[in-house]
Amino acid sequence: MSQTEAQERSPAAHDTGPVLEAEGLVKLFGRVVGLRGVDVRLFPGEVLAVIGDNGAGKSTLIKCLSGAMTPDRGTIRVDGREVRFGSTQEARAAGIETVYQTLAVAPALDIASNLFLAREIRRPGFLGSALRMLDKKAMRDQAEQHIKDLGISTLQNINQSVETLSGGQRQVVAVARTGAFGSKVAILDEPTAALGVRETGQVLRLVQDLREKGLGVILISHNMPNVFEVADRIHVQRLGGRAAVISPQTHSMQDAVAIMTGAAEVPDDEQSLR
Amino acid sequence: MSEQTAPASAEELVPSRHSPAQRVQHLLHRNPALSPLIVLVVAVLVFGVVSENFLRPQSLSLLVQQMAVVGALAVGQTVIVLTAGIDLSIGMAMVLSSLVMVKLNFDHGVPGPLALLIGIAAGILTGVVNGVLVTRINLPPFIVTLGTFSIFTAVALLYAAGQTTALPDDSFLLWTGETIRIGSVGITWGVLLMLVLYAGVGFALRNTAWGRHLYATGDDRDAAELAGIRTKRVLLSAYVVAGVTVGVAAWILCGRVGGADPNAGLNYNLMSITAVVIGGTSLFGGRGLVIGSLLGALIVQVFNSGLALAGVDPNYQVLATGILVILAVAVDQWIRRVKA
Repeated sequence: MSQTEAQERSPAAHDTGPVLEAEGLVKLFGRVVGLRGVDVRLFPGEVLAVIGDNGAGKSTLIKCLSGAMTPDRGTIRVDGREVRFGSTQEARAAGIETVYQTLAVAPALDIASNLFLAREIRRPGFLGSALRMLDKKAMRDQAEQHIKDLGISTLQNINQSVETLSGGQRQVVAVARTGAFGSKVAILDEPTAALGVRETGQVLRLVQDLREKGLGVILISHNMPNVFEVADRIHVQRLGGRAAVISPQTHSMQDAVAIMTGAAEVPDDEQSLR
Repeated sequence: MSEQTAPASAEELVPSRHSPAQRVQHLLHRNPALSPLIVLVVAVLVFGVVSENFLRPQSLSLLVQQMAVVGALAVGQTVIVLTAGIDLSIGMAMVLSSLVMVKLNFDHGVPGPLALLIGIAAGILTGVVNGVLVTRINLPPFIVTLGTFSIFTAVALLYAAGQTTALPDDSFLLWTGETIRIGSVGITWGVLLMLVLYAGVGFALRNTAWGRHLYATGDDRDAAELAGIRTKRVLLSAYVVAGVTVGVAAWILCGRVGGADPNAGLNYNLMSITAVVIGGTSLFGGRGLVIGSLLGALIVQVFNSGLALAGVDPNYQVLATGILVILAVAVDQWIRRVKA
């Protein structure tokens, strides 16, 4: 997507209000402050990158948003409605899908089964209700359609078991899962950390496809070139707080690193970006 | 993560680039029951040539009757091994369950069908005990079932006071030992019951979400949990299913031995694991089929009966079983190293 497109699209997308909004998130671990009142706003159809040094509170923030942790203070709203997640399942039910650094795929199962893992479709009628039979054909067809919708060309045979795929293809499967089932937010934790250049390209393309589909994407990454390639806005975490939200158009990678490490300070003025 | 160097696109995966050995590896990888099937067919043919009595209908139907108890137990063992667990107590659990059935019926005059149900409930209870210890206290299945193996053994011996109980021939509990004739082939109700067990559990593993979740949990429990599967519940259910097969196997055992014997269970633990392993189910979990365990149990029995009919020293039967187990695990290791 070109820059002009991004600028044209952004205001329209933002008219709808944030799909995910967190205010004043605080998380304490005993006497250690994990998060000290962090705000996050994510709009539909945008990629928000979250960067920060080790210990800046990235993981804690993501865990609070994905339901893996409950913040001690602060509110989280999805589509303007306040939510409180007790588990990742509850977050998922609210439309927030997370891909963890450790791949959440079942290697021995095929691609279609993995896409539908933990939300299988049952056959209609007696076979489904009494015998609990799965509708394998429907799952295959829908998986195929979904893969096609996302424009994924690297996965050819939907019946292939995931363990026969390369690392990049597996990650594509894991990320594609987040875009299915009418989810609104995809949280991707270091999705390209273990991948080669070409495979990284495949995953980043998929991230952009998810944005095209209107999802809000939160991308956690250490890789600055990747972040600057796909992010619309960049949330910089530092010492448990939000140091700034910057835009790749107005700031350079050097600026981002400087804010991250505390070498430079910018006013945390999220509004000025929009 | 060892697949990092694998080709990045599917075009590069065209099988023509594979050596014959790799192709065999792929074939066995896709069809876990294929290698035991080949072994079984070859063994039957070889023993059929070696001894003329082997392929007679009477020999074959006796062979199947002899493996029915192990075959039934192997269903439950397979379900547990698929979760990357193991059940060392399953044979003693079966003996305990059969003692409950027989003693309630014979000593206390409880009607046969009711005694059977209570005995099956006792089998399920043994599974629940194992499952709760594994999932709630987070102990390794090996240790849990090693412990419950001793506990079930002691309870069985104490309950029976070390005595064998024989049932009258017309007892309902001996129905599984009765023969139905199909032409010249006789088959017991116990064998049919075992096949029903295979059909039922095989169907559930293949066609239900429960089956998918069981495979996913055994494959990579953390990943399954992150994908939204409640893995504790899945694990517990595996032990409960094993408990049901324990109960059914206990009934088949009653028919085989004509009652209940507290000392009968020692070998069944390891025999059920042997059948599962020879049947191609991976001890690392997530890979295998119940039908493989049926083939595995058949293979062991074919070797035992075949060697016996060929007049070989019975100790060679044990030797053959040992070699088969090691070969089967070696083949499994090789298959698991399949490259993309």
